[in-house]
Amino acid sequence: MTTLTDPPREGFRLSQLIYDTRYRSLTIQTIAAILIMLGLSWLVLNIIENLSALGKDFSFSFLGTRAGYDINQLLIEYSSDSSHGRAALVGILNTLLVASLGCVTATIIGVIFGVLRLSKNWIVSRLAAVYVEGFRNVPLLLWIIAIFAVMSEATPAPNAFRGDTPSATMKLWDSIAITNRGTYIPEPLFNNGLGDLLLTPPGMFSDLYFEVSIDLVAIVLTLLASWMVVRLVNMRAHNIQNQTGDRPTTWWVNLLIMVVPVGVLLWGLGFDLGYPELRGFNFQGGTKIGNSLIALWLALTLYTGAFIAEIVRGGIVSVSKGQTEAAFALGIRPNRTMRLVILPQALRVIIPPLISQYLNLTKNSSLALAIGYMDVRSTLGGTTVNQTGRELEGILLVGVFYLVVSLLIAMGMNLFNSSVKLKER
Amino acid sequence: MSDTNVSYVRESMIAPSEPPLRETGIVKWMRENLFSSWLNSILTVLSLAVIWIALSNLVPWLWHSVWNTGSLNECREVISATYGDLEHGAACFSVLGDRWHQLLFGFYPSELYWRPILTFVLMFVALAPVLFSEHVPAKLIWFSIAFPFIAPWLLWGGSFWVPVLIALGFVVGYIGFNLIAKVSTASLGVIGGVLVAILWWAVAMPAVNDGLHRMVASGRMESTLSEQKAQLEVLPEELAALNAENEVQTATINGLLNEKAVLLESITQTRNAGDEPSENLLSEFETVISDLSESRSILFELGRNSFALEQEISDANGMVAKIENLPTWEVDLKSAEALAAELKAELPDSVKGLISVAQAEPGTSAEDIAALGASLDASNALVALKRNVTDAYEQIGLVGLTPVSTRAFGGFMLSLIIGLAGIVLSLPLGILLALGRQANLPIIKGFSVAFIEGFRGVPLIVWLFTASLLLNYFLPPGTSFDLVLRVVILVTLFSAAYIAEVIRGGLAALPKGQYEAADSLGLDYWKSMRLIVLPQALKISIPGIVNTFIGLFKDTTLVGIIGLLDPLKLSDSIRASTDWNGIYWELYIFIGLMFFVSCFSMGRYSLWLEKKLQRGHR
Repeated sequence: MTTLTDPPREGFRLSQLIYDTRYRSLTIQTIAAILIMLGLSWLVLNIIENLSALGKDFSFSFLGTRAGYDINQLLIEYSSDSSHGRAALVGILNTLLVASLGCVTATIIGVIFGVLRLSKNWIVSRLAAVYVEGFRNVPLLLWIIAIFAVMSEATPAPNAFRGDTPSATMKLWDSIAITNRGTYIPEPLFNNGLGDLLLTPPGMFSDLYFEVSIDLVAIVLTLLASWMVVRLVNMRAHNIQNQTGDRPTTWWVNLLIMVVPVGVLLWGLGFDLGYPELRGFNFQGGTKIGNSLIALWLALTLYTGAFIAEIVRGGIVSVSKGQTEAAFALGIRPNRTMRLVILPQALRVIIPPLISQYLNLTKNSSLALAIGYMDVRSTLGGTTVNQTGRELEGILLVGVFYLVVSLLIAMGMNLFNSSVKLKER
Repeated sequence: MSDTNVSYVRESMIAPSEPPLRETGIVKWMRENLFSSWLNSILTVLSLAVIWIALSNLVPWLWHSVWNTGSLNECREVISATYGDLEHGAACFSVLGDRWHQLLFGFYPSELYWRPILTFVLMFVALAPVLFSEHVPAKLIWFSIAFPFIAPWLLWGGSFWVPVLIALGFVVGYIGFNLIAKVSTASLGVIGGVLVAILWWAVAMPAVNDGLHRMVASGRMESTLSEQKAQLEVLPEELAALNAENEVQTATINGLLNEKAVLLESITQTRNAGDEPSENLLSEFETVISDLSESRSILFELGRNSFALEQEISDANGMVAKIENLPTWEVDLKSAEALAAELKAELPDSVKGLISVAQAEPGTSAEDIAALGASLDASNALVALKRNVTDAYEQIGLVGLTPVSTRAFGGFMLSLIIGLAGIVLSLPLGILLALGRQANLPIIKGFSVAFIEGFRGVPLIVWLFTASLLLNYFLPPGTSFDLVLRVVILVTLFSAAYIAEVIRGGLAALPKGQYEAADSLGLDYWKSMRLIVLPQALKISIPGIVNTFIGLFKDTTLVGIIGLLDPLKLSDSIRASTDWNGIYWELYIFIGLMFFVSCFSMGRYSLWLEKKLQRGHR
């Protein structure tokens, strides 16, 4: 029987806290913890002292008081008599609106230019490179302000549309009017609409009520249902293909299923488009999209699109050439190779940085402030803070909002990453 | 048959013939690159159309550009006079000629422009050993180390010993680190060294600085006084001479303006009549315009000089007043100290230790509050008086460059200062954060994660508002420091969080064998990081780090939103001025180009560095 000689047992000495690696990490962490706590408590004490020196307290009750300022771009009902909390909500919705619009268009632009930059066509790839480098290397704020300046100084005033020989005309069969006050587009009208559903949260949040258009909900639900049916049809086609080898033609069935129910619904609701019209000094009717929203949206789209183009290009390049060759060797045609072999592997590389670009876009939308688009930073973190003098609470709330959004997106990304991770032995 | 000499085998090769036309030269290249398929052909045609539209708008616009007018209206007059009606208009780059100094330097005093320019040139000297280590002498790295201390001194001015004293803080810290590390571990040594250095900067340095200023000031008090008085005799005369010249120039300009109006009138009449104005008329018009611009720049120069003179006079006045007042102030200081101490001692218990009247409990009696108010006023007066005395000594005892206030900073100078400071400071901090996040110590790891995610999750602009509005809440009451410094601190922390994430990726990409090899060599943590892990991890992360730097430099434009005068903010104020109301493309193109050049070259440098460091892994 072999025995290991035990190391000589010694009592714990104080010097081991410094020299023994088993205990040293404890020492370091304790010191670090003490320093961090000291630093934090120093900050908090300073805040308390400063607040009391200014005669202020720390409370969020200002959110319930009357806001008293107007907001130019609204998704929900709001007036200057609404509360600061509702103004914050309007701001949050505006942020989410421009962020989601921007994410969609930036992805489209980015994918197009990423692929074009890989094109064998010399001129096309150079043009795409000019776009990408041009937008990546110039500050976003410059793009936002420049586009806004052009939108508000180079577009005609509403009264230019007046008269027998107007100097400006409406675009797209008199449906869109681009003016220096904003762009007017047709709005959807429901002549026998189902009305709105009022959702009111209980208690102190009652001012954060929502009006949900039942027409819109009905349309979305119908579309969802049609899509489910389409999936069923496709699954059936797939089964038949697996059994017989022949795939029945489904595209016209799918098209009918997608279009007909919605069409019937729209007809039933009396769907109509309300066109903008020049009345008095300004356009009436239609939906007005402020120039600031358009400038912000365009700038975010073009700027982030340039980054996404690089990500897409990198992702496609990262798939090794052997994969393409193997697919060709199996006799798969080029576009199916792209769809079935290259894209699934490229997406694994593309999606994580793509999502962090979405995150960047959302955060960059806070530059709205520079051109007066009322996002959450301009309402809650701007005008509200200025009016109530609650800069600590206001900016804290804005910070928490962005932090929550980015942590949610980061969580989603981690889930995605673990789901597409290569299962290696 | 024998004389028939027919050979069936060729004895010499015929020369290779030219490839067919469509398989060679430009035709082949075009066939392969531009028109290989119908989709490609459509794309080519579309691209050519895009290029044609862009160029046909841009080239005439640039070609007819005007560079030497004083306002947008005058610029448009010149354009319509010389070229008639243009379809695409023409560029008015005169705005750059008129305002370039603002876009580059903000409101930095123009007679001191040499200082930022020298700093800019020295920056390249200091960057050379870091960026191109094998092409420059190794000794130059000492200059790179000294540069961070020289540059602020050159830009902000002040006595020459201030940067030396600041640098001494690092020496003191290093000595402290060595002493503590000898008796304990390196980690404790780092903490000790940092504490010693902070003590030096916070306590010892201001005292030494003040002492030196007082020493110099006491030696030159008399001579400065007589010098300034002599200056005050001479300067007003110079100013009067300048003003007289100014009037002459203004008269010249008015004459030229009249002449221009007459010429313009006749040119417009000719054009309205449908004729092209004569060469003579046009060239005369051109001469008037260029004379006008010359006179304007002379006038501008005159105005600048007289402004500087006025400044000098008021400075001299202030200096004389300060020197004459100093003895009284010092006597006052003693009595004010006594008064403040007395009032503080006599404070009733209910309001003892409070720092503002608002802090008093609701039930406090009016007398107590009045006593508190009096005491606070006395101590505020004392602080103000002390500041006055210190400032006076600092001004009299100045040995070095004229101080320039931060409010005067602006333009690309400001962007470069914030960007470079952020870049230089955020890299080490980012490395530390990345190591902290990788470390096996839960508390340090947790702190790093919270720091990184917190800073990354919130937009920079919110952090900038924190810097401008909230930072005062986090500091002891009464402290306030420079807005640019606050912005640099928050920009640094923000980009350090991003860099930490990039470097973490590099650390994670490194094979585990490298860590184990370092351990098996018996290296301790810091040595293994410094010698084995970080060089490789940083190499992998170069593209990401440079991208973060580019992002940081672009983000310096956001400081305009909190009131600093970056180029974009200045462009707003230029667009709001009466002379240049309505101009936009020209300014934005200039600013965009400046940023494009710096960011693009940073990107190219990173590509070059990546290629250079490529070791060809097996």
